[in-house]
Amino acid sequence: MNPIDWVVLLGTMIGIAAYGTWRTRHTDSLNTYLKGNHSTRWGTIGISVMATQASTITYLSLPGQAYENGIAFIQNYFGLPLALILVCAVFLPIYRKLGVYTAYEYLGRRFDRKTRLLGAGLFLLQRGIQAGITIYAPAIILSTAFGWRLDLTIVFTGLVAIVYTVTGGSAAVNLTQKWQMAVIFGGMITAFVILVLKLPAHATSIAGAMGKLQAVDYTPDPGLRYTFWSGLLGGFFLSLSYFGTDQTQVQRYIGGAALREGRLGLMFNALFKIPMQFFIVMLGALLFVFYQFQPDTPVVFNQTAWQRQVEGPRGAEFRTLEARHTVLHAAKQEKIRAWTTAQTGGDAVAAAAARAELAAAQRASDTLRKEARDTLYAAAPEAKKTRDSDYVFITFILTQLPHGVIGLLVAVMFASALSSKAGELNALGTTSTIDLWRAFRPLAAHDERRNVRNAKWFTAFWGLFAIGFALFASFAENLIEALNIIASVFYPPLLGVFLVAFFLKKVGGTAVFWAAAATQLLLLGLFFFGKSTVAYLWLNPIGCAACVGFSLLFQFFLPSNAAKESPA
Amino acid sequence: MSRPPLPDDDSPGVPGFRTWRGVYLFVFGCFLLVVIALTLFARAFA
Repeated sequence: MNPIDWVVLLGTMIGIAAYGTWRTRHTDSLNTYLKGNHSTRWGTIGISVMATQASTITYLSLPGQAYENGIAFIQNYFGLPLALILVCAVFLPIYRKLGVYTAYEYLGRRFDRKTRLLGAGLFLLQRGIQAGITIYAPAIILSTAFGWRLDLTIVFTGLVAIVYTVTGGSAAVNLTQKWQMAVIFGGMITAFVILVLKLPAHATSIAGAMGKLQAVDYTPDPGLRYTFWSGLLGGFFLSLSYFGTDQTQVQRYIGGAALREGRLGLMFNALFKIPMQFFIVMLGALLFVFYQFQPDTPVVFNQTAWQRQVEGPRGAEFRTLEARHTVLHAAKQEKIRAWTTAQTGGDAVAAAAARAELAAAQRASDTLRKEARDTLYAAAPEAKKTRDSDYVFITFILTQLPHGVIGLLVAVMFASALSSKAGELNALGTTSTIDLWRAFRPLAAHDERRNVRNAKWFTAFWGLFAIGFALFASFAENLIEALNIIASVFYPPLLGVFLVAFFLKKVGGTAVFWAAAATQLLLLGLFFFGKSTVAYLWLNPIGCAACVGFSLLFQFFLPSNAAKESPA
Repeated sequence: MSRPPLPDDDSPGVPGFRTWRGVYLFVFGCFLLVVIALTLFARAFA
């Protein structure tokens, strides 16, 4: 990065944060602090919902995932539009009608205090952990790629988010997210255009021939991670949990000028989320084609860790791997050209033969790259904390984009980290204030200034907790997967409780409380002992169905007055 | 302190749509089109 990049990066990152802080510095009404301005329209809500969901992992790791495994990940989003329709039709009108600040406040009114605390507790537990990952994910990749100190990157990003989120609450989050999304869209479109201009002819056909464009797989195998069915059913329940019961999202749409604005904001996401994700995974698939024709495509994209080994005592071993990769890479290029010539010449037999040879060359290349990664991880175990594919897009940014645009793309990564982080802190602070502090101090609910002050303290606390978690935790799993896996383990009981609340009026708080507890145990058991047979997305429908089933069962055996607990 | 609930608005206020059910059907239809387009895209480049 040169000075121009630094000006663009710091200008956008600090500029937007400072603007948000300054514009919302006088926020002292609890309603505005927790729900945002009364006048917020659907466009702001829609952008805010999108910005909160898409963290840096989306923009940094997803292209890399598509580079390695193709665009099949897009199927994970198939359940999202359907879930958003249900949230608009059922969840949102109830939240608005009751005028609640948090989704768990509704549980208190429908059931009892213990169920409300269980819902809030499950949310705080899993979202608190995820907030740590949200801040750790970009920091580990960017600090490795740029040689920055990991701890300083984590602390700096975390503190910037804390400052404006604590100052202006929801109003500041909504305001800054609009500008951050503008930076994100601007940067990603610029990178995409530059990539397309650098691609060879027939790039899409090459990506298809090399198996990177298999967007939809209808195989009904629950062991497969990405299929149409797991995406539709698992994705539906995951999205329903996230958008309907996770305060991080609920807080984004329950405010606003009217119910209509929240609904339209959600429908905006239902329409544009899949196309947006398609654009990002296509970027990864096209990056794959781009690197097939680069003479200096690295065998491992985490070049900082790799070069350290090349220059170390085992350098000869690593240089041999590089030399073998260069030979295989050149041979593969020849196979691609042979296939393209046969394909464009209309010779179907020659094209099929060339394609088979190309597939064999790709397998040989993949095997060598795996060997290289394993050798690197054996020599430098700390490199295992991230997947090599996480470095694909950042390598392209650093080596292929002009200065200024590099700064813009790094700003994209930080803007997305800040926007999702701020949404999380805002929700964690709100839930702690409304569902914990106020639940135990009901008299304090009338002192609005004190409530705002406490919300600010709780927001700051969660910000510092996330920084601490990111500094001291160690993450081995792929980062984007880690977020979805944590959600798939903790969300289903919560969604089950909400579905019982909305649709099974005869079930009371005690039954649903123990049903949620039993479901959580079941899911933890399935996750730890049934990993090999059940893909994690399936935990969502299984857990949700179990919670509803257990609730009915427990209610059946409970005394009849158990359904009439006093609400909290 | 929770503010009083806002009045429910049945009309989506979107040109061409009189009810929310129409909006939901439109979004669902778009989703089906996207899935069909992706399936065709995958087949074309298989």
